[in-house]
Amino acid sequence: MSQTPSPIGLHKQLDAIWRTPPGLARLSSVNHTILGKRFMALALLFFAIGGLLSMLIRAQLATPNSAFLGPDIYNQIFTMHGTVMMFLFAIPMFEGFAIYMLPKLLGARDLAFPRLTAYGFWCYLFGGSILIIAMLAGVAPNGGWFMYTPLSSKPYTPGINADVWLLGITFVEISAVTAAIELFVTILKMRAPGMALTRMPLFAWYMLVTAGMMIIGFPPLILGSILLEMERAFHLPFFDPTRGGDPLLWQHLFWLFGHPEVYIIFLPAAGALSTIIPVFAQRPILGYRAIIAAIVAMAFLSFGLWVHHMFTVGIPHLALAFFSAASALVAIPTAVQIFAWIGTLASGKPRWDIPMLYVFGFFAVFVCGGLTGVMLAMVPFNTQAHDSYFVVAHLHYVLVGGFVFPMLAAIYYWLPHISGRQSLYRLSIPAFWLILIGFNLTFFLMHLTGLMGMPRRISTYPSNWGWDWLNLLSSVGGFILTMGFALVLADMVLQFRFGARFRRDPWQAGTLEWATATPPPSYNFAAIPHMDTRADQLRPARIGPTLAGGDGYLGFARNGEQETLAVDMMSGDAEQLIVLPRRSYLPLWTAMATASFFLALLFKLYWLAPFGALATLVLFLCWPIGLGSKSDRGPIDIGRGLAVPPDVEAPDNVTVLANRTALVMNGTLFASLLFGGLFLLVVAPNWQGSSAPTLPLWAGALAVVASLSAAGASAMAARRPGSVLPLRAGLVAAIALQVLALTLLALSMGALGDPTGHARQAVPFVTLGYAALHCGLGAIMAAHALWRHAQGYVSARRRTELVLARLWNGYAGGVVVLALGLVALLGLNGVAP
Amino acid sequence: MFKPVALGATPLLLTGCTGALSTLDPAGPRAANLATLWWVMLYGSALLFALVIALFAMAYLRPAWVARITPVQWIVGGGLVLPIPILILLTGTALVLGEQLLPRGDAPLRFGAHAERWQWNFTYPDGREMSDDVLHIPAGQPIDVAVSSADVIHSFWVPRLGGKIDAIPGHENLIRLEADEPGTYWGQCAEYCGPGHDSMWFRIEAHTDEDFTALMEGGQ
Ligand code: HEM
Ligand SMILES: [Cu+2]
Ligand SMILES: [Cu+2]
Repeated sequence: MSQTPSPIGLHKQLDAIWRTPPGLARLSSVNHTILGKRFMALALLFFAIGGLLSMLIRAQLATPNSAFLGPDIYNQIFTMHGTVMMFLFAIPMFEGFAIYMLPKLLGARDLAFPRLTAYGFWCYLFGGSILIIAMLAGVAPNGGWFMYTPLSSKPYTPGINADVWLLGITFVEISAVTAAIELFVTILKMRAPGMALTRMPLFAWYMLVTAGMMIIGFPPLILGSILLEMERAFHLPFFDPTRGGDPLLWQHLFWLFGHPEVYIIFLPAAGALSTIIPVFAQRPILGYRAIIAAIVAMAFLSFGLWVHHMFTVGIPHLALAFFSAASALVAIPTAVQIFAWIGTLASGKPRWDIPMLYVFGFFAVFVCGGLTGVMLAMVPFNTQAHDSYFVVAHLHYVLVGGFVFPMLAAIYYWLPHISGRQSLYRLSIPAFWLILIGFNLTFFLMHLTGLMGMPRRISTYPSNWGWDWLNLLSSVGGFILTMGFALVLADMVLQFRFGARFRRDPWQAGTLEWATATPPPSYNFAAIPHMDTRADQLRPARIGPTLAGGDGYLGFARNGEQETLAVDMMSGDAEQLIVLPRRSYLPLWTAMATASFFLALLFKLYWLAPFGALATLVLFLCWPIGLGSKSDRGPIDIGRGLAVPPDVEAPDNVTVLANRTALVMNGTLFASLLFGGLFLLVVAPNWQGSSAPTLPLWAGALAVVASLSAAGASAMAARRPGSVLPLRAGLVAAIALQVLALTLLALSMGALGDPTGHARQAVPFVTLGYAALHCGLGAIMAAHALWRHAQGYVSARRRTELVLARLWNGYAGGVVVLALGLVALLGLNGVAP
Repeated sequence: MFKPVALGATPLLLTGCTGALSTLDPAGPRAANLATLWWVMLYGSALLFALVIALFAMAYLRPAWVARITPVQWIVGGGLVLPIPILILLTGTALVLGEQLLPRGDAPLRFGAHAERWQWNFTYPDGREMSDDVLHIPAGQPIDVAVSSADVIHSFWVPRLGGKIDAIPGHENLIRLEADEPGTYWGQCAEYCGPGHDSMWFRIEAHTDEDFTALMEGGQ
């Protein structure tokens, strides 16, 4: 730090701190570059598996009366194709890309919670493996990718198939949840100093909105899966119409997730397009602010559209008209982006190169899918096209056009960043034409097949409906398409083997990721730059060597610590020095413990499951050991004449922000549960004459008082971080009160009446269970703060643990109040008709 | 009344796309309406698609007028001025059309279709149940079908007569259909319902008024 070393010397010092050694130690890696690549490679593998399954589908459907696969196998195959493509390919693929790219684009050395990235990866790997192994064992899910009940309920799917889906996908969703929180926090807090929100490159904006949508969008699905698994495993009725449940509740919960999901998949791809197109147009993106407004509008609208998947379930027409109009409205922000992109090309000096070829494919295919989407949004037409091959065509135009083509463009644009080599371009052009022609042959005809009456999800068809030649051509197209993908894969392999090496920035791009060396070093940037302009109009080739020489923030190796910066969310002023945790096997162990929990449920070893959950919790509690600081350090030099406090001494650091975000997510889950209870009360059949849940009033009232007092006590402790006695007394009181509330809630759960008899008991049962769980978590967070305080990690300045205890205890208090409110409402006699 | 319009809108090339389950070969006023809506949307979409692709090509061919379009014109023109009127017109039309298709007003004959894996049982206005998988109706007048399910979700779809409606356990849904002429109209389950989903077919036999009355009075 005293004398500036040479770029090579600096590289050696920093790499010694950040690198992951080879061999088995790779399992301990928490580095975002390594994990991002792992996510993407695994997602590609699942893409290949999903593609293989689609080939089986097309082989089966090529001819009428086909006896290749029977309905039992076929149903597993199309379900797995959809499930693999959506949950194991598309989502993890963009997560992996964002994990790899965002810190480099924003000027950080890693993500906010590197170990959480690793934990997410293991959950993805283990959960995905459960699904694939089940398929090889012949017990894959077979209820379709949206798993409608009652078909997926116990009486109609008695085997393990549906449990594989519910548990496997929920396990995988953990990685989506962790990624969403981590990306959200990272984008808001970990940018290069000077990069105000309004200077962020558009890809970061797209990912910020995507992460926000995931935070709100995933909880309904997770809740639905938990409820359905409880119905299957423990007979608690939520979706069973004979016991006061309603199959429509599942559809609402699923599509509350499922529709935003489509935009969650599209937005990152659009973000990639918004990055690639200006580079080849050789001018900055047109309408930077209009695009931001469009994606925010899209995010909001996408949560008001879910009913367009349910136009034929018998909802009153005027209600449908609202959702129909909202669905049509989404075309506007989409059109804004499409025309911004075309306008960027038209008003620049467009260059033609391989990535642009695939961008063209995007335009041709996606626009078509968008137009059929508007058609499907029209209720009358929907009643004909819904659940027919027209929808299969539409969804592939949107997903392949809106995700796969941009992904291919991104592969040709960014793979050189990963490989350090340039593409050979021999195979990419024939590959493109095979994909474009094969795709349209396969799917364009399906519009017609559907209009001619072919429903989706049938394993075979007789020859008399006139669908034969259409299906045969679709199958031929499918195989042409697959050959195209195989060529792209070969091209990627060849690039790694034979591609020419290059210096920096092969495309004359404008974004910071090209300022790293390629392949990127473990620490990304030897020094972090200061941003004086919008961060998509940089000169990476010029900045790169400067940064490599240590000219910037943190351009040195200090104390062997992994240092990076946090900034003010809005202005981007440097604010905190973050010391990131080192590589560790803990994420792997924790994920294994989580896997034992899910496997115990899957194999119905219900006695084992609590141990799995407990092991996961204990291991998570080991994560903070050794992190943090036992003394106040005050402002620390970060170079360029600036000094900022370490993040543990900052009041709103990434940990606090992440916990607030997690609580929003958690709150969405709880809100979905409340919505479910009210929905059943108002809509479900067989409520007339059901008996009300019985709640001991004193227990409920006392639980509210106890939990709210715990919230108050932990808030008081957080307010007096300096004085030992009130702090400890507050936390101990919070623990005791939450344990009391938990006990009372558990008592009340026992008193409700048989929860397997009717939804009117089952809903209060899980709602109180959720509240009890959060009282427990409140107590644990208070105990955690107490423990950290005892070890000296907490002081008047370092009070993160206290803030967390306050947040979680406050949340628990609120949950207890609302939960008991719902139970009281369901307990009122004289149920609505 | 809508048939000539539908025929007029149907490109000759595709009149070959008839089929016993084809929505493009409507056999009743409701299905004809829906087919017309489809053709109109298809032509509109083809135009819009051509426009986008042409603009993309222009961006590369670079005639002078394209380079002169300002950013605001691109975004306001393409993002707002172009889609908004189209969307308003389309959504409005669809809303009116949808209202017309609702089973509302003077109650016609009401039939029941009860789905059970993997067959359809039909009941008649007089309460009688008749043989599985065939429903007899009078031609030339609208009829209502009350659709329900005994087990999982199914969907009742006779493409040449009108749209579909789901059969959901615990709920009953109503759909109105109409056949212009006597004849056989095939239907099928459109919602995935397990291993027998691919063969959950049924027929609607439409009869002249006299034949239908005779059939009802015959009472088998
Ligand atoms: C590689 C080329 C692909 C082909 C040939 C293909 C083919 C098909 C076919 C024929 C079906 C209908 C199965 C049925 O209804 O019986 C289907 C369903 C589906 N596909 Fe693909 N597909 C391909 C790629 C993709 C991609 C890239 C995605 C998503 C990113 C995707 C997502 C889906 C989904 C969600 C379903 C619905 C599954 C269900 O009904 O449960 N497909 N695909
Ligand atoms: Cu949707
Ligand atoms: Cu079916």
